[in-house]
Amino acid sequence: MTSSSLEVHGLHFHYPDGRQALDGVDLVVGPGQRVALLGPNGAGKTTLALCLNGVYRAEQGKILVGAVELTDETLGSVRRRVGLVFQDPNDQLFMPTVAEDVAFGPANLGLSGAELDQRVASALEGVGASGLGPRVPHHLSGGEKRLAAIATVLAMEPEIVVLDEPGSGLDPAGRRELIATLSSLDVTQIVITHDLPLALELCPRAVIMDRGRVMVDLTTTDLLRSPELLRRHRLEIPYGFVLAD
Amino acid sequence: MGVGHAHALYVHGHSPVHALAPQVKLAAIVVFVIAVAITPRQEVWAFGLYAVVALMTVALARVPALFVLSRLAAIVPFILFAVFIPFVGTGERIDFLGVLLSREGLWAAWNIIAKATLGATASIVLIATTEVTDMLRGMLALRVPAVMTSIAGFMVRYLELIISELGRMRMAMSSRGYDPRWLSQARPIATGAGALFVRSYERGERIHSAMLSRGFTGVMPTLVETRATPASWVLALAFPVVCLGMAILALVVS
Repeated sequence: MTSSSLEVHGLHFHYPDGRQALDGVDLVVGPGQRVALLGPNGAGKTTLALCLNGVYRAEQGKILVGAVELTDETLGSVRRRVGLVFQDPNDQLFMPTVAEDVAFGPANLGLSGAELDQRVASALEGVGASGLGPRVPHHLSGGEKRLAAIATVLAMEPEIVVLDEPGSGLDPAGRRELIATLSSLDVTQIVITHDLPLALELCPRAVIMDRGRVMVDLTTTDLLRSPELLRRHRLEIPYGFVLAD
Repeated sequence: MGVGHAHALYVHGHSPVHALAPQVKLAAIVVFVIAVAITPRQEVWAFGLYAVVALMTVALARVPALFVLSRLAAIVPFILFAVFIPFVGTGERIDFLGVLLSREGLWAAWNIIAKATLGATASIVLIATTEVTDMLRGMLALRVPAVMTSIAGFMVRYLELIISELGRMRMAMSSRGYDPRWLSQARPIATGAGALFVRSYERGERIHSAMLSRGFTGVMPTLVETRATPASWVLALAFPVVCLGMAILALVVS
């Protein structure tokens, strides 16, 4: 797997109801970096994620994946290179079995036969969920669903993976397994989360979005040492959590 | 296959009928049901033949007779309706154990009961030996438009989710003291149904986004193809085709 850089310049987007979701987002992420994308509810994090692989098309500004700018012509290749893991795995697992779900993306890319089977097997293996292939999505546990959803994206062999609140709804062991899985992946990652300890463990760099803009960009450790900054953007360190020196 | 995703009407097994490709079974059932439906009601011998074919299939599929009977309960309303017809039918009356019954009504009742029972038995065998996912694949193999099989597939996938959402909504209502007894109290149920519709619609949009972000261009990829050997086509269709032949013969003769 290769990783790629991501550049976002002056991105604007508003919803049909007139709400301005993105109001000039600027963000540069280097190849192989893991960045935590933090911020209060309604800050525009999920909207940004959906813009990054062209599900939503920004009205202004540009997105560069590697050296390729997202345009109508490059939409297909950008969607292959930027993988999106949705907040609710039920939205992502829509095929009759997990294996078919994992195969959906690469099959859209034109893979078939043994090559497709190989891709599915290695994606499931990548998240440590090889046994899930023949299972039916609605019979999986929350943690299994999450891993399966990540596998569906890895099967596209993306260079950048954007995860929307990957830890939400998981039990502590499931969360731990998720962190282990994500840190083992050799791709550029943008992790949207409210879970500051998860951000600290996974991402050396943290970016805070608020009111449709990037407001803060520094190391996660420094951010966690700035209570004033956290408070201003409705973020909180869990009670009893002490940052090791 | 079969790891904990069988539907309630599925009977796990390894019979020759289970092993048939789904498109073969679907085609066989359709031919059989057409034969049953077009046979003139007075050709009792033909229905006898169909019954033998249906029972043989049940035996071959190793579906328990009790299972078939319990599933046949679904057609009881039709049978009750049919039983009623000879009493209210007009025309010539015949004496049966001291009760005067309409001859025409008796034939009508026989027609409904025989055809409903045979058709339902065939469908029960199909559904008891075929997983839902295989059924969808079979439909695709029979050139049923992919749009329809996709819709059916999504329905199967998300029905359970929507039902559990409905359950949670009802629980949330009753936990806040909602205990409807009168029609005038139905309003929250109606608004609940509306909310469920909107939620499902929004989920549909999110699923579509998830599909787009994995390169969906409007055509579902075929991932698992089911293949049927010529021998299995012959094996499965032999009896239904004979039945259809009989039905056409009966139509011509009568």
